Amino acid sequence: MKKFILSVVLALTSALYALPSFAAGDSIPWDKAPNRLNDLGALQNGAKLFVNYCLNCHAASYMRFNRLTDIGLTEQQIKDNLLFTTDKVGETMKVAMDPKQAKDWFGGNPPDLTVIARSRSGSGGTGADYLYTYLRTYYRDDSKATGWNNLAFPNVGMPHVLWELQGQRKPIYEEIESHGHAVQVLKGWEQITPGTLSPNDYDSAVADLVNYLQWMSDPTQSTRIRLGVWVMFYLLIFFVIAWRLNAAYWKDIR
Amino acid sequence: MAEFKDISPNAPAADKALNWIDNRFPLSKMFKEHMSEYYAPKNFNFLYFFGALSLLVLVIQILTGIFLVMHYKPDASQAFASVEYIMRDVPWGWLIRYMHSTGASAFFVVVYMHMFRGLIYGSYRKPRELVWLFGCAIFLALMGEAFMGYLLPWGQMSYWGAQVIVNLFSAIPFIGPDLALLIRGDYVVGDATLNRFFSFHVIAVPLVLLGLVVAHIIALHEVGSNNPDGVEIKANKDASGKPLDGIPFHPYYSVHDLMGVIGFLLVFCAIIFFAPEFGGYFLEYNNFIPADPLKTPLHIAPVWYFTPYYSMLRAITSEMMYALIVCVLAAAYLGATRAKISSFFKAVVVGGAVLLVVVMLAIDAKFWGVVVMGGAVVILFFLPWLDNCAVKSIRYRPDWHVYLYAIFVINFFVLGYLGIQPPSSIGERVSQLGTLFYFGFFLLMPWWSRMGDTKPVPDRVNFTAH
Repeated sequence: MKKFILSVVLALTSALYALPSFAAGDSIPWDKAPNRLNDLGALQNGAKLFVNYCLNCHAASYMRFNRLTDIGLTEQQIKDNLLFTTDKVGETMKVAMDPKQAKDWFGGNPPDLTVIARSRSGSGGTGADYLYTYLRTYYRDDSKATGWNNLAFPNVGMPHVLWELQGQRKPIYEEIESHGHAVQVLKGWEQITPGTLSPNDYDSAVADLVNYLQWMSDPTQSTRIRLGVWVMFYLLIFFVIAWRLNAAYWKDIR
Repeated sequence: MAEFKDISPNAPAADKALNWIDNRFPLSKMFKEHMSEYYAPKNFNFLYFFGALSLLVLVIQILTGIFLVMHYKPDASQAFASVEYIMRDVPWGWLIRYMHSTGASAFFVVVYMHMFRGLIYGSYRKPRELVWLFGCAIFLALMGEAFMGYLLPWGQMSYWGAQVIVNLFSAIPFIGPDLALLIRGDYVVGDATLNRFFSFHVIAVPLVLLGLVVAHIIALHEVGSNNPDGVEIKANKDASGKPLDGIPFHPYYSVHDLMGVIGFLLVFCAIIFFAPEFGGYFLEYNNFIPADPLKTPLHIAPVWYFTPYYSMLRAITSEMMYALIVCVLAAAYLGATRAKISSFFKAVVVGGAVLLVVVMLAIDAKFWGVVVMGGAVVILFFLPWLDNCAVKSIRYRPDWHVYLYAIFVINFFVLGYLGIQPPSSIGERVSQLGTLFYFGFFLLMPWWSRMGDTKPVPDRVNFTAH
């Protein structure tokens, strides 16, 4: 019986998730990104990955380098390790690439990444979930100009920048029968060449990077939540006072 | 003019100061008229918080708006960046911005609740028609204010939302294209549009809003507040002329509203601090992408508070026009056969209906969609003269009236939901039915509100001591 229920649940979930996504020929369901917004070490590692891998082509033109002090870095550390395009720590994260050339190379200008994590949220999950899925589903596709394709963003213009870390992969599909149609479902991945990181370490590195992007999209979010708890606490006390004050005044209204 | 009053030289300094002012400005008089001797019914319930809360949100919007304007740049090439500058580099800018963006949605929540309260307790009925009319004008101004304010962050939704709505005006025959051009100041939404919307959003409409709010309150204080029983408290006065069921607004309702204000702030601040995007409803995700005139988003939806009306706009397809034509002809038939009017007027009714049908067939459905969307708001103005029920409050109306109001509210939510969703064939049918119901509710009200047995209305209000 248990097996039967399990198989029904599995069939239903695969019908709900896998089918519409592949039948429609667009992206796959998003994986849940780990939340490391309060882990300064992870955010710092994410910042390092961001500056080294993303900032070459993408700008974050509303984000100032010295804002990284919020995630525990000192201005000296930022100057020594993270400043490549400028020498002023109060400068925003601009990109040196010529937009005209970018258009020639990638077919479009790489978007600014400052608030990318906010803009990509949707019914499928948060922007972080999307980015976490996107950066982990690149695969080799020789039919594309860059040689890369992506499951979360089919026919993406960006090549797999982190490929040295992940290695080269290819998705393995399984054909299943559903509603009388043969449908392809993602079964797993075939590692063509190994990366410098193990699959687990790669996922963790991407999680750090994604958490950094999430933090950068709204750098006050953790402060905001911490402060919000105190605001709630204050208002609750005030509410009790207002409630009793009201009762004291209204007791003689019959 | 009031008599000049002298005060004893030994009086306390505060009394002397007040006397000095009162001899020159009616401060004490106004305080008495509007606060300490303004008698409000004692049986107000939860729904009566929302008037005061609307005023609170208006103040929040104006104050936060003042600070936002200090840092915002109404320039197509800088607007998006300046909002991010406010969010990141201006000290506490994020809080001010989230207060303003959450405040916009909160404004509509409290105003919708306030209007719902007026609707079910008959607060628009004689002698409060003008209170209601000023209120409807406030709602209209608020919609304009919100629509123009939404363009200012210059994100994708700002841009394309404005593009879609302004383009609607071009569907108006003859003057449409020029009118749309006049609104935009350009052939597409652009820098000129941003500048004029900014001007309207920060100066013109707020001035109108404030004036209307003052008129709304003056009119209210002239006639006195209605209450959940719909009983006129001025009909029962004590020997000194004070309403028996009335209590001074201050201190009773000032402390009462203080409690409501804190309750509201609990919810408001929870959203600001824990979920300022509110799942994409208060701040749409797409609006974090800078406006790009060359890239139309797949799905353009207005913010939630406009979606019921947006749904009605989308419901008017060329197919739906035939349904509307049938409605017009049916109304004309009933008018010609059943109404007790002279045969001359009957001819006018039939002739008018035929003319209307011809015009309906001649002009594109898109225009009629605009008419329906606008009509859905304008029809509210006529409510005081549509309702013929013998009693004011829902409490004493026939039970089936209550169900009808319940369906009206559910229908409004359904229309709102459908307006958020991408178009679908089922959604289209449902929104068409919803639109017919919405207009049927109001246009047939003169007849249905008279039907059924009302319950006896008490002489005095129902009140149990707290």
